[in-house]
Amino acid sequence: MNPGYRLYYPRWYRKRVPIFWWLHKRSYAVFIARELTSVFVVYAAAVVVALVLTLNKGEPAWEAAMSRLSHPLVITAHVLVLFVILFHTITWLNLAPMAIVVKLGDRKVPPTAVLIGHYGAWFACSVVVAWLLLWR
Amino acid sequence: MKRSREPIIWVLFGGGGMASALFLPVLILVLFIALPLGWVQSAPIDDLQWLVRHPLTRLGLIVFVMLCLFHWAHRFRYTLYDGLQLSHLNEVIAVLTYGMAMVGTVVGAYLIWGVG
Repeated sequence: MNPGYRLYYPRWYRKRVPIFWWLHKRSYAVFIARELTSVFVVYAAAVVVALVLTLNKGEPAWEAAMSRLSHPLVITAHVLVLFVILFHTITWLNLAPMAIVVKLGDRKVPPTAVLIGHYGAWFACSVVVAWLLLWR
Repeated sequence: MKRSREPIIWVLFGGGGMASALFLPVLILVLFIALPLGWVQSAPIDDLQWLVRHPLTRLGLIVFVMLCLFHWAHRFRYTLYDGLQLSHLNEVIAVLTYGMAMVGTVVGAYLIWGVG
């Protein structure tokens, strides 16, 4: 008999999981929602690139783009995008102390300090970018 | 032993998560909402053009776009695995997601570097 063949070989028991398993519990839904923020990240980055290309074309093109972006539906969608990205930013920065262990000499920097440092970095980046875009 | 590609992918994912977390909120608020609605006035257009044409800005933007794309690729890959239970399509999904991120990076780099 073929040695690879066994009589009464047990079949795996696998419980069927419904495809929308992650809707059954809040924390699972939040997990999937966080994963999907990445789609919005790419969208926002793509629009930024499009705006950079428009800016390069000259003032009329830039003004036309700004007027298209000011349409109420577009603004509503982008406010939604902003909230999704803020969800990404806040959950991401809150995880930083767990992902990053900073050591000074042989002492561990307390997680709260790592957290505050990350929020400080967010603030600093925001100020610098806003200043570059708006300073006149 | 075959060296794993996982650390590189993870650095790209983490870098993208961090870069987008730090820079996207302000970019969206200023460029997508405040400027179109006229809440604020932008810097003179010549200054903005000088800014985006500067090689360092372009380089930074290219890296930023690359990181965002790989961040998406990594997260989306695992959403498809876990969310839709497609782990049996492991290789196809990995090739598709990272492949799209690579194509996006090349196209983005080409477009951004062409500015200026």
